[in-house]
Amino acid sequence: MNRLTYIGLAIALIVILAAIFAPWIATADFTAQNLGLRYASPSGDHWFGTDALGRDVFSRVVFGARISLQVGISVVFVSAIFGTVIGAIAGFYGGFVDKFLSGYVFNVFLAFPGLLLAIALVAFLGSGIGKLILALCIIGWVGYARVMRGQVLKVREYDYVQAARALGASNMRILFTHILPNAIQPLIVQASLGMAGAVLSEASLSFLGLGIPPPAPSWGTMIDEARGFDILYSAPHVMFFPGLAIALTVLAFNFIGDGLREYLDPKQRAR
Amino acid sequence: MKYKLKNIARQLALMLLVIWTVVSLVTLLIEIVPGDPATVILGETATQEQIENFNLKHGLDRAAFFFSYNSPDGFKWNGADNRYLDYWKGLLTGDLGKSFRTDRPVRDMIFERYPSTIMLAIAAMLVAIGIALPLGVLAGSRKNSLVDNGASFFALLGISLPTFVIGPFLVYIFAVQLGWFAPTGSANPEDIILPAVTLGAALSAILTRMIRSSVIEELGEDYVRTARAKGLSERVVIYKHVLKNGLIPVVTILGLQLGVLLAGAIITEKIFNWQGLGLLLLEDGIGKRDYRLVQGCVLVISVTFIVANSLTDLVYRRLDPRIRIS
Repeated sequence: MNRLTYIGLAIALIVILAAIFAPWIATADFTAQNLGLRYASPSGDHWFGTDALGRDVFSRVVFGARISLQVGISVVFVSAIFGTVIGAIAGFYGGFVDKFLSGYVFNVFLAFPGLLLAIALVAFLGSGIGKLILALCIIGWVGYARVMRGQVLKVREYDYVQAARALGASNMRILFTHILPNAIQPLIVQASLGMAGAVLSEASLSFLGLGIPPPAPSWGTMIDEARGFDILYSAPHVMFFPGLAIALTVLAFNFIGDGLREYLDPKQRAR
Repeated sequence: MKYKLKNIARQLALMLLVIWTVVSLVTLLIEIVPGDPATVILGETATQEQIENFNLKHGLDRAAFFFSYNSPDGFKWNGADNRYLDYWKGLLTGDLGKSFRTDRPVRDMIFERYPSTIMLAIAAMLVAIGIALPLGVLAGSRKNSLVDNGASFFALLGISLPTFVIGPFLVYIFAVQLGWFAPTGSANPEDIILPAVTLGAALSAILTRMIRSSVIEELGEDYVRTARAKGLSERVVIYKHVLKNGLIPVVTILGLQLGVLLAGAIITEKIFNWQGLGLLLLEDGIGKRDYRLVQGCVLVISVTFIVANSLTDLVYRRLDPRIRIS
């Protein structure tokens, strides 16, 4: 694995620790307002300064990690399981089932630009963290399904699978004990990139005002609240720190995904 | 030739099938709105008569689909007299329904804004190509040099930095600090520059990576050795021979990314208050709960995306004879 992968792992670890230990790391209550201290610059008391309502930006960024990771992990977990099952069915059974799933269903889901579909779903369903996760799963699962289908198609022709079949193993047994473990590597890569995508989508939707409603400290919402010309002029730090947090988190999971892909693909490693 | 036609026919059939499904899904999305659209639009104080009038005007008094289900009665067949078919009938005559808020035809509202979004997307594409082409070629032809590493880092930044971080950052530097551009709006011709750079940044990063690896791959081909052996300058080899082959996958990405740009434009338009389709969807559609308008916007953006993708696929097949055969 290359250096960038380790940097990615280190940043991801920091974000995860920040999310777990947020109440102990944060220096103030992230909802506590202090209208006498609006847009204060970073200082010893408020490391990242304060926002429009005098809330401590550092504490809000730290608690924001919880929201990002909560959404990211839920989305990756649910869509990976669902996508893997559907992809395995398509690849394993082939024939009409595969034609229907990969030729039609996958294409329909890929036909929407992901963000637009999420916006449409949230617009009609209403906002809230559960609905947001649901919307992101609906756009996310198809990536895993495609990867899994491709892997199953490749692996199912291997001799050891044929041997297992000859020994009378059931379809389910072949799928779960022989094919799945050998198809898992690209899924891990996909999950890592999917994590970056989910964190980014949550922040995007929150930025658009369609994600997690205030006063929850979503990084996307924080940027939205701080991007006016006057605020950028007088207090750029209010936008800078949540922006940095999103950028680093997304970058970290992309580094990990890219690094893993290179590491797991011997063809690329040789280059 | 016969084979080619068959392929095109299959491609078109798939495109129509996907469009049909997408339109159906969007049509039915209005059914998942919690509660009743009329109450949402007219408010809690609306009289029964007002609600009935509203429903009658927008066809909401009719059955939602071919059949309906509620627990005591079980399934009920509604026949062809339903909203789903109403919407389709409207679509085929170019009618997207009337706005729930302003009563204006949704089609007119959308096509007032459509050109400025397309303009923004094209400008973003030009910015992306303008950055990626020289950078990718330079990085690819000098693999592992300082330029290459710099380009790779730039590409990673471009992919990881979200639009809504890049946008305000550019506003901060070029509008707040340097004062070169207006922070928002589209009053002057140069006002498109910051939004286009914001929207094109991610694409330029993806393209830089693609062009780089494409150039590296093509440089290893035999025809490059031949071209060099007969004494052509490196410049001619790269720009005339390598790029001609290396750009084929790039064309595909451009087509596929048009949809991503259209969706990303929603965020960019919000940052810069750019009066396009995205802002229409966000402010007038979702913000005012004008569901008819939301349907129309989602529909137009998706169909643009699907058509662009399918056309790209056809162009791609024409450009690369190897795909036509396999």
